[in-house]
Amino acid sequence: MGKTLAQKIFDSHEVDRPAAGVRVLSLDRVFCHEITTPIAINDLVAIGRDRVFDPDKIKAVIDHVSPAKDSKTAEQGKTLRDWARRKGIKDFFDIGANGVCHAIFPEKGFVRPGFTVIMGDSHTCTHGAFGAFAAGVGTTDLEVGILKGVCAFREPKTLKVEIDGRLRPGVFAKDVILTVIRELTVNGATDQVIEFCGSCVDAMTMESRMTLCNMAIEAGATCGVCQPDMTTVEYLWPFIQGEFPSREAALEAYSKFRSDADAEYTRVLKLDASALEPVATVRYKPDQVESVRALEGTHVDQVYIGSCTNGRLEDLRIAASILKGKRIASTLRAVVSPATSDIYRQALREGLLQVFADAGFCVTNATCGACLGMSNGVLANGEVCASTTNRNFNGRMGKGGMVHLMSPATAAATALAGHITNSELFKG
Amino acid sequence: MKNFNGRILFLDRADINTDEIIPAKYLTESSKAALKPYCLEDLALDGFDPKRDIADKQVIITRSNFGCGSSREHAPWVLECNGINLVIAVNFARIFRQNMFNCGLMAIELPEATIDELFRTFAKSGAELVCDLEKRSFTITGGGQSRVVEFTIGDFDLALVKAGGWVGYADSKY
Repeated sequence: MGKTLAQKIFDSHEVDRPAAGVRVLSLDRVFCHEITTPIAINDLVAIGRDRVFDPDKIKAVIDHVSPAKDSKTAEQGKTLRDWARRKGIKDFFDIGANGVCHAIFPEKGFVRPGFTVIMGDSHTCTHGAFGAFAAGVGTTDLEVGILKGVCAFREPKTLKVEIDGRLRPGVFAKDVILTVIRELTVNGATDQVIEFCGSCVDAMTMESRMTLCNMAIEAGATCGVCQPDMTTVEYLWPFIQGEFPSREAALEAYSKFRSDADAEYTRVLKLDASALEPVATVRYKPDQVESVRALEGTHVDQVYIGSCTNGRLEDLRIAASILKGKRIASTLRAVVSPATSDIYRQALREGLLQVFADAGFCVTNATCGACLGMSNGVLANGEVCASTTNRNFNGRMGKGGMVHLMSPATAAATALAGHITNSELFKG
Repeated sequence: MKNFNGRILFLDRADINTDEIIPAKYLTESSKAALKPYCLEDLALDGFDPKRDIADKQVIITRSNFGCGSSREHAPWVLECNGINLVIAVNFARIFRQNMFNCGLMAIELPEATIDELFRTFAKSGAELVCDLEKRSFTITGGGQSRVVEFTIGDFDLALVKAGGWVGYADSKY
């Protein structure tokens, strides 16, 4: 019997088998942000263990509330900043050079095929797009990760999602993953890794693959993964060219983590990409998904484009191409938050931010902010947001508010129309 | 090891997420104790009033996929702050379940039919339970009825509960 990508990573990182069905793995990366890390830091200090297992494998960023909005968030930022300096963590990204964690860490080349990654953030599954095993964890797992460089997981069962064919114009990775979550339901992949494969995934950019893997947690999955291929190597090449004589050599080295043809899966879900259409969530669970056609005309108070799901350059380019030369409807307001400072600067150079500003968008710096109702676009009671983020939970973007999750293209079309639509995308 | 006995809060809904257990706006608190007043503040459940219904409860019995969504360990912390050390459900979201054991708290999974029966028999009767970890069973009593329910728990998960959590376990072993 062959092995899946996740099984191969477990085999190559095993430190201990503390009980049947559980393995303790060594960690290649421990990512940290200012919301879930400070309590771990404070606890390590309190118990006399203010140490880190390897400052080069720990990366830290201030992203959830950036810049600080009050004394409490300023204190959280200070705790992380002081700790990074004290422990010699060189890769610490402060405001001005920061970004949403799951956008900036890949952008800096920190994730490689075959790596093990944890972070105190559920969307850590994003990094599986590189063929890594990346899992969101709580503060205690994070604390042990920081101190010892290990984390315990149950044996990885894998569920395969095979997406073949070509997406029609106006249909994007976000529509694919929302459709997958509808099929799997919100706990259909609990305790499993979702492996995304098929010709549609092979043709996707790394940005689109990150959008897919980012929302694996919304079906309950431990991690979403894509097989490392030449697209992965091309993305990483600026960071790995010193390690390999050629791209082909890098691909060969990374290919050893690809799942074997005879690997065992708990389930195989097959989707025909050409049959998919733009979708959005309704109500308060991410598996409650309907076609945008069925939602045409639904009232919206705010449009939000950003987050670890859809705040990357590819997303901004798609949205800007729809908004160029036009104005948002006078009945709503719109916010765009490029996911990292580098994406912000590139969007500035390309004129994308000018397009958003001219269209009437509020252009903010990189931050998680509104996605979880912490800052920069929180909803009032009874308000509705068309959003490119990842969770439509009751009150997620503000108490009493509701969220329709959708692609950046549908969000841009919605901003122009003043209600949910994507008819713009299919004109001509 | 913590105490896993007490009066039961029945939450009759699936997919209760960690945003409902503790909203994100309170994640700026830097101590666990400061979370206490906000437990289950945003829970969407008809007839539920957190101010009235949480007081004097030590155990939660609920449906499937409890603790889905965000990885925030603030969710188990806010339960523990309010004296709730045990949650019983059909199943849990992985990160929440691990966070419970990592804190030395208990998360017990039971078949759907058993949970249905516990709701039918005990939800309206002010029931309480006594948990026996060694026997891997608990006795639930209320409204003149009593049941002994057996459960399974992984050896590793039980070791974490006995060690008081993952930090103590890992620090002594790795």
